[in-house]
Amino acid sequence: MIAYLARRLVYMVFTLLAVSVVSFLIVQSAPGDFAEIYAARKAAAGAIISQAEIENLRVSLGLDQPWHIQYWRWISNIVLHNDWGTSWEWKRPVGEVIWERMPLTLGIAFSTLFFMYAISIPVGIYSAVRRYSIGDHAVSIVGYLGLATPNFLLALVLMYLTQKYFGQSVGGLFSPKFQNEPWSWAKLVDLLQHLAVPVIVLGMSGTAFLIRAMRAAVLDELDKMYVLSAKASGLSPMKLLVRYPVRMALNPIASTLGWRLTYVISGAPIVGYVMALPDTGPLFLHSLLDQDMLLAGALIFIYCALTIIGTLVSDLLLVALDPRIRLE
Amino acid sequence: MAVLDTFGLLKRKKAVRRPDLATQWQLMWWKFKQHRLAMVGMALLGLFGLCVLFAEAISPYAPGERDTKYVTGSPMMPHFFDAEGNFHLRPFVYARKAERDLVTLRMKSTVDTSQHWEIEFFVRGSPYKLFGLIPMDIHLFGTREGFIHLFGTDFTGLDLFSRTIHACRASLGVAFVGVVISFLLGAAIGGAAGYFGGTLDNIVMRVIEFIRSIPTLPLWLALAAALPREWGALATYLAVTIILSLLGWTWLARTVRSKLLATRHEDFVLAARLSGCSDYRIIRRHLLPSFLSYLIVDTSIAFPEILLAETSLSFLGLGLREPVESWGVLLFAAQSIRSVDQAPWLMIPGIFVIVAVLAFNFVGDGLRDAADPYSR
Amino acid sequence: MNAPQPVLDVVDLSIALGQDGARIPITEDVSFSIARGEVLALVGESGSGKSITALALMQLLSRSLFIAKGRIQLRAVDGFEADIAALGRDGKAIEAIRGARMGMIFQEPMSSFSPIHTIGAQIAEVVEIHERVSRQVARARAAELLAKVGIPDPKGALDRYPSEFSGGMRQRAMIARALICSPSLLIADEPTTALDVTIQGQILDLLRKLQHEFGMAILFITHDLGIVAQMADRVAIMYAGRIVESGPVGEMFRQPAHPYTRALLAAVPRLGDLDQRRKIKPIAGSVPNIFDAPSGCRFHPRCPVADPARCASQLPPVHARGAHAVACIHGKTELPA
Repeated sequence: MIAYLARRLVYMVFTLLAVSVVSFLIVQSAPGDFAEIYAARKAAAGAIISQAEIENLRVSLGLDQPWHIQYWRWISNIVLHNDWGTSWEWKRPVGEVIWERMPLTLGIAFSTLFFMYAISIPVGIYSAVRRYSIGDHAVSIVGYLGLATPNFLLALVLMYLTQKYFGQSVGGLFSPKFQNEPWSWAKLVDLLQHLAVPVIVLGMSGTAFLIRAMRAAVLDELDKMYVLSAKASGLSPMKLLVRYPVRMALNPIASTLGWRLTYVISGAPIVGYVMALPDTGPLFLHSLLDQDMLLAGALIFIYCALTIIGTLVSDLLLVALDPRIRLE
Repeated sequence: MAVLDTFGLLKRKKAVRRPDLATQWQLMWWKFKQHRLAMVGMALLGLFGLCVLFAEAISPYAPGERDTKYVTGSPMMPHFFDAEGNFHLRPFVYARKAERDLVTLRMKSTVDTSQHWEIEFFVRGSPYKLFGLIPMDIHLFGTREGFIHLFGTDFTGLDLFSRTIHACRASLGVAFVGVVISFLLGAAIGGAAGYFGGTLDNIVMRVIEFIRSIPTLPLWLALAAALPREWGALATYLAVTIILSLLGWTWLARTVRSKLLATRHEDFVLAARLSGCSDYRIIRRHLLPSFLSYLIVDTSIAFPEILLAETSLSFLGLGLREPVESWGVLLFAAQSIRSVDQAPWLMIPGIFVIVAVLAFNFVGDGLRDAADPYSR
Repeated sequence: MNAPQPVLDVVDLSIALGQDGARIPITEDVSFSIARGEVLALVGESGSGKSITALALMQLLSRSLFIAKGRIQLRAVDGFEADIAALGRDGKAIEAIRGARMGMIFQEPMSSFSPIHTIGAQIAEVVEIHERVSRQVARARAAELLAKVGIPDPKGALDRYPSEFSGGMRQRAMIARALICSPSLLIADEPTTALDVTIQGQILDLLRKLQHEFGMAILFITHDLGIVAQMADRVAIMYAGRIVESGPVGEMFRQPAHPYTRALLAAVPRLGDLDQRRKIKPIAGSVPNIFDAPSGCRFHPRCPVADPARCASQLPPVHARGAHAVACIHGKTELPA
């Protein structure tokens, strides 16, 4: 048990290390280095920069060093000094730019996770127990559609529909009239209304997936010998269902929490971008399109780190739920 | 034999099924046929296949043909009944008239219900080369007078229907090539891991776990953004395909590996070995059939994943680019809520994406059920 | 006074498989009864329908199977009486019988317990359902039963998980679970098949000991004639969904009347075989599968004494002498006097 936890932790540290290398390599892979882009920008603005000045800049930034030394400088600055470099698009420290938008990204991600599990577990159980009923078919139709619709398209459609039929702006977090208001109950409701669309959009495919997984898991358990033997002891169908198959089916569902988080984090940038949310999504896409690679690399690193931590949490959850793992 | 017998049973519909006598492939076919959605999916995929082969003939216009008389025009519905309620055997669309809006001073078209443009089939239109070889000018449908834009036109007057049909090629092509590459990668890497085992297996499994634990879409986006802008459309096309397949092989590799490990020690393999089967025969007759079906299932799952990823990338302007046309590229025009508000029909290519993904999922589900013919 | 009525009367029980609207019979006209405190062994090869019959007795058939006809009359020791065949799969009535008046133990002790609940919780649960007692009382009863089935440190065992138990220990726990409400009838479906031979003996000893203590009737389902000789008072032989012969164990083993029973007995190896140069005789052919069961007497294609003219076309007549009954055209002459 303790050995298991220790192993998980060590594994997590190594994964984080690997992720940081990948993020850094992506930063590096952009054509042209910082000095060249800087020079090009300056030149576009009318200033003339000599080759010598570019060289100077390069040396002062350490860009002439081999990549592993640059990587070391980058990661040690992050870990030791919480210094993520400077975004030249924003002309501000990368860390600052990110952390002002991160809470919203996290808020949306966790609301989405909650939404997904809150919907999918009961619906999945229902679908399994009433297999091939009209309800089950309806659920699976919606589920198929949810899996097949790209996030951004769903976002566009929902935005278009709400704009057309409710006349409400859906982009952003607040209606214009609350934008600069102090916090109040009405403002909170307004915020929740605005959060609902991104949460649904982000959670749609994950929910559909989880419903199917839950349904399959329950169906799988329903056929197990121990269910029959519990039934032979006189349990009522409801008690039987909740105590055994459902409880067992929760294990594989809980163990996918990490992957679900990965999916949510994966989809979040696009949805944030399409819906113009003030979260890290638009930040990330603009940084990619403008090749603001320090910012992009930092965001990739943070996204990955989040999912890795999420995976650890889901592993711990599984340990709590399943004595077979605890006993090993 | 099995195939022949399968069709024999198809004809004798009332024949009692004998699961005890059927071959594995027969059982799988029965199971697959029972899955009605899977059959629907197959039919849809067949339609998409026709679009890929005969895009030029199906679409009334060439994808680059601009219609200056109908810019940002809404979809034109074919009718059988006219405004007076009279039935016409030959479907028609109402004529459009271009007028200048007196307020905004912009050109806009209005529907003229008094005038019908009849739809004709197999009409002559702009010339093209079928399969890139045979010069032709027959189009599946068109109008003799006026024009027909079933899905409307975009802000530059391009026919959305023709473009969407043509886009089947790039969208399904990227997905297909991507799946083939990830299939090969997955089979090779997973096969090596399962066959050699030990350290290599360990490393491969860790790498797979690693790739699975990181959010792939941002990574795809970043890789795609790192492609040099000055690359041509074709080079970008290839690069995007490779990027997409690079991260899609993990599922398959895992399946191949675990199935290989599991079946290697199965009793039936041991029994075959003891009864003197050659290695080749064991692999071909015993190992491969026992997990080939799982490979097919995993492939059918990878397909929609790559299709969706390509669409997202292109929609954001980071994937394929004009003049290559994919559904994602077409959706790029619908990126802002403003353009969607002005021309909601620009989202129509999205329906094609959904239908294609649905079709693949249906078929995949049918295959998954069929892969395990002994289950309920 | 009459002898007390049997605990269980099964009359003409037929079970069928429903598939695509078609009905495929699995068992036909199965009849037997079990008296109080009696052990009846239901013997047959795999696929003969014996396990399905056992499941039907408690309305535990899977959805595709159903009771097509017949009566399952239960007369519990507490005076409770019901026709289980008429009760349906779900509902309070059948739940009150399962676990309380009829207990069941299964072949696979490894999978008969949920791996994520403690043994104690899964046994105490049965008492909680049927007797509305507090958790404390239920746990105490569970510990008591675990002690009775010979589990060391029963109190500690309550909080252990099934994976911490060996196969034999799990089967003991399973027996405790089946007996905790003192049922009138225990159905044991091949309870020792999955166990090592030494453990098998221990479990059989335990079952016999508990039967004396609790006085319940046992329906023992097995394919192992050695176990039958050791455990049962009476035996019923099942072949391809029908009972072909039934009677007291001693008489059946000494003077089997049905050719199938004789073939079965001849196929069992015995100590001393080597000295007497007796050869084990395997039965030619194999059990027919349900999709093409032979017409007439199901055994006739494999039967050495079959009369092709009669056996293939009509059901064999049932002849009985005392408690010994046989379904065979030669029954009358073969039954021991």
